[in-house]
Amino acid sequence: MKNFLSQRVVNLKPSGIRKFFDIVSEMKDAISLGVGEPDFDTPWFIRDEGIYSLEKGKTFYTSNAGLKDLREEISNYINRTQGVTYCPTNEIVVTVGGSEAIDIGLRAVIDAGDEVIIPQPSYVSYEPCAILAGAKPVIINLQAQNDFRLQPQELLNAITDKTKVLILPYPNNPTGAIMERENLEEIAKIVKEKDILVMSDEIYSELTYKEKHVSIASLDGMKERTILINGFSKAYAMTGWRLGYACGPAEIISQMTKIHQFAIMCAPTTSQYAAVQALKKGDEEVAKMRQAYNQRRRYLMEAFKEMGLECFEPYGAFYVFPCIKEFNMSSEEFATKLLMEEKVAVVPGTAFGECGEGYLRISYAYSLDNLKIALSRIEHFIQRLRNRN
Amino acid sequence: MRDELLSILEKNSRIDFKELAVLLGVTEEQVLEEISKLEKENIICAYHTLINWEKTDIEKVSALIEVKVTPQRGQGFDRIAERIYNYPEVKSVYLLSGGYDLLVTLEEKSLKEIAGFVSDKLSTLDSVLSTATHFILKKYKDHGTIINKAAKDEREVITP
Repeated sequence: MKNFLSQRVVNLKPSGIRKFFDIVSEMKDAISLGVGEPDFDTPWFIRDEGIYSLEKGKTFYTSNAGLKDLREEISNYINRTQGVTYCPTNEIVVTVGGSEAIDIGLRAVIDAGDEVIIPQPSYVSYEPCAILAGAKPVIINLQAQNDFRLQPQELLNAITDKTKVLILPYPNNPTGAIMERENLEEIAKIVKEKDILVMSDEIYSELTYKEKHVSIASLDGMKERTILINGFSKAYAMTGWRLGYACGPAEIISQMTKIHQFAIMCAPTTSQYAAVQALKKGDEEVAKMRQAYNQRRRYLMEAFKEMGLECFEPYGAFYVFPCIKEFNMSSEEFATKLLMEEKVAVVPGTAFGECGEGYLRISYAYSLDNLKIALSRIEHFIQRLRNRN
Repeated sequence: MRDELLSILEKNSRIDFKELAVLLGVTEEQVLEEISKLEKENIICAYHTLINWEKTDIEKVSALIEVKVTPQRGQGFDRIAERIYNYPEVKSVYLLSGGYDLLVTLEEKSLKEIAGFVSDKLSTLDSVLSTATHFILKKYKDHGTIINKAAKDEREVITP
């Protein structure tokens, strides 16, 4: 029998998280700080709306781009948070999570040989999606000394005449870094000069702890060259509902909708009805969750300070990204030992790009009580390491 | 800070000053000062513990009693409310709008004692016109807390 597999797919690196997952799930009473989703249940009024839509028999396909009501609410939401107006009819497509938007967004704009610039450490799917779309990924290794913000010079160094897309992953998973307005302005200037499209993944936009999130699409002349990606998973604790969206120039959204229509048909109907309510009435619940995350974030930063573990202060998402270079171990080695000796699971920084070496991603999507136990175990662990040296 | 401080304390009154300071991003002194102000202003009235008595050997019976009363000239409902809330077995007294005036919650060792309180003490008060007693059979949720909720993390242990 011949080998039926696509070489392109076979050659994709497997996710660095998978291997770790297998070890952790075997282990009883391990505390995991490795989760990339909120610990809160979806607020009840949103679940209730999903149930109600089922009771009313709303069980059919929606239009390909998503319920009109939902697209209108998304448009209102972006308008009131970012001051950018997207037309609900042709500038918004509702997708199966932000992940689908990343995939179809890249597929809609990439031709073979185009280059996609991906700053890392960042979410695991940009690089494989770019490769599957036929692009050549060009990686920027973000620096801790810059708080993992993208620097203009780093961008300039990565740009070639084949560059088509810059992926802008802020607020960032795994570092928790944000880009403030003045940082974005510098990036926008280069992007306009060099005529590049930006794919801005803003899935954590509601979870910032310094100033409100600013979308690059809201800067002068940027709306026409930005695909803005967002969704319901992180802000409304709706990961399992699989619902996201992309906003952008009509000609790009229409091509994305074409792929979406053939590959997916439409995002889950129940989720779409629930999401309308999330956008209409969710602000207060989002604020409550944001406050809880912020308290945990402060708690972790204080705990690291007391342990003497180096960590830049993250102002976004629900991750901290401490540095473990003092222990002369690889991230993976450190994470494995921590798991074996103290039964605490964290994710090695290298799962999010090679430049994550020397760092760990610690999620604070856990109750304070959980974090306290985990942190005291981590403290024991690093005390032991320091005594050994 | 005040609102956030109150919302933390409402859920966990045992939290210490040091931790509060970290969570709120302020100093311990500031926390201490704010809490003593809140206590002085009677915004924080008391620190309680929510106990699921059903799981203990201690017998407790609770009832809600709807009370219709005649308000008194110059003092409205306050005087009769005071007469009622001074009984230590009375857990709460609310003045309500609607079909009756006062809602009284009562906690006693037995049904009999509750019946005794209603017939001997409450009904005999001059301004009490009528009472209706409802016994609590089961508490599902109290003070915002679901009583028998098993906290189980349903999430996959590691996700990107």
